[in-house]
Amino acid sequence: MVEGAPLIDFNWIAGHLDGIGLRVVQHLQLTIIPLLLGIVISLILAVWAVRTPRAYGPVTAVTGLLYTIPSLAAFAVLRPIFGLSLLTALIPLTAYTLLILFRNFVAGFSAVPADVLEAAEGMGYTRRERLIRVELPLAVPLMIAGVRLASVTTIGLATVAAVLGDTFGGLGQLITEGIQNFFPTKYLLGAALSVALAIGADYLFVRFERIVTPWTHAQAGGR
Amino acid sequence: MPDVFGFFLDPTHWQGETGIPNRLLEHLVISGSGILAATLLSLPIGLYIGHTNRGAGLAINLANIGRAVPSYAMMVIPLPFTLALAPVLGYSPTLGLNFLPIFLAMTFLAIPPLLVSTYAGLRAVDRDLIEAGRGMGLTELQILRRIELPIASPILMGGFRTATLQVIATATIGAILSGGGLGRFIFDGLNQGLAGRASIYAGAILVAALAIGVDLVLSLVQTRLTPRALRRPSTPTARGPERVVGVGEGPGVARTT
Repeated sequence: MVEGAPLIDFNWIAGHLDGIGLRVVQHLQLTIIPLLLGIVISLILAVWAVRTPRAYGPVTAVTGLLYTIPSLAAFAVLRPIFGLSLLTALIPLTAYTLLILFRNFVAGFSAVPADVLEAAEGMGYTRRERLIRVELPLAVPLMIAGVRLASVTTIGLATVAAVLGDTFGGLGQLITEGIQNFFPTKYLLGAALSVALAIGADYLFVRFERIVTPWTHAQAGGR
Repeated sequence: MPDVFGFFLDPTHWQGETGIPNRLLEHLVISGSGILAATLLSLPIGLYIGHTNRGAGLAINLANIGRAVPSYAMMVIPLPFTLALAPVLGYSPTLGLNFLPIFLAMTFLAIPPLLVSTYAGLRAVDRDLIEAGRGMGLTELQILRRIELPIASPILMGGFRTATLQVIATATIGAILSGGGLGRFIFDGLNQGLAGRASIYAGAILVAALAIGVDLVLSLVQTRLTPRALRRPSTPTARGPERVVGVGEGPGVARTT
C-alpha cells in the first residue's frame, strides 16, 4: 500500500468496470453450473435412496468423504489431470454440493407424513403421480433449504478456484491479484462482491421458498 | 500416482519450520485460537438469548447472514487494518499479513454454528422443567447452570463440532496469505508443478486426518458431557443423518473452503 493513498481507488474501479463484470460473470458460471449438476445428480440419488433405503448409508458415506477433501487440495490435485480447463474447477465444486443436497432432498421426501401418502394411494394415484403431485411439493421447503445452503457454499468455494489461475478465476481472482500487487482496492472489491453475491443468493432463495410454498407461511409468525 | 509414502517417509519432512510437526502445530494454533475467541463471544450471547428469548430473531438472522460470507473474502477484508495497525500497536507486520486476518476469519466462521446451537439447545429444554425449577426457588442463574446447560449440552457440543470441523478445513486456505498450517503443503505443492503433487496429496491427507481425529475426540467429550439419563445408544453426531438443514434452523453444514 502506498503511504497516504486512499484505501479505495474509485477511479480505478470506474476504469475497469468491464474486467470486473467479467469476473462477476465467471463467478456466476462457477456457481450455477455446479449447482445445476449437483441438483440433477442429488435428485437421482435421493429418489433412489428413498425407494431403496439400503442405499442411504453408502451414498451419505461417499458424499461425506468427498466433502472432507479440502477445496485447495481438490483444485490442486485435478490441475495436472484436466489442465486449466473449466472441468478442474467444476468437478470439486459439484462434488461439494452433493452431501448437502442429497441429505436435504431425502429429508424432504421423508418429511411427507405416511397418512398423506396413504390418502394419495386411496385416491388412486399411481406411484409416479404420487411422487410428482404429492411428495415433491411437500418436500419443496427442505429441498430449497438445501439448494440455498449449497449455493452459498459454492459461491464461497468458488473464490478459492482462483488458485487455478486467471482463465476462469471469478471474484477470487480479483482478491488474489489484489493481494499479489498490494492493491487494496482490488482485493476489497473482490471480497465485497463475493459477500454481496452470497448474501444476495441466500436472500433470493428465502424469498423464492416463500413464494412457491405459501402454505408453510400461512400463519402469522411462521418463519 | 505421486509418491505420497515417500513424502511421509522422508525425514526432512519431519523437522524444522516447514516440517509436518511444526505445520500441524501452526494449524492447531490458528484453528484453536479462532474457535476459542468465537466461543468466548458466542457462548454468553447464545446463553442470554436462549434463556430469555430476547433479541433471538435478530441474533439468529445475523448468524445466518454471517454463515453466507465466503471465508476467503473474510480473510482479506481486515487485511488493510491489520497491516496499518502493525506500526501503531507495535506488532510485527508479518502478523498483520497472515496470522491476524486468518484468525479473525476463523473466529467469524465459527460464530454462527456456535451461536445458533447454543440458542437452539437452550430453547429445546422443556418449559415445564424450567417452571419446576422456578417453583423450587432456583435463581435464573441456577436454572441455567443446573437444568438448561446439562440438557442442552448435546446440541451445544454438536454445534461446537460443526464449528471445529469447518475451521480446521478452512484454515487450509490461510496458506494463500502465506500463513502457516497444513495448507502450506498443498499451496506450496501447487506452485511446484508436477513435482509438488506428493506434497498436495500429503497436505490433503493431513488436513482430513486432523479433522477426523479432532472430531473423534470431541464426540467422546460430547458423550461424557451428556447427562446419563439422556444418553442413547447412538448420540447425535455432527455428520449423522439426523443433522439436516431445515428452513432457517440449525447450524447446518455450510462450508466455504
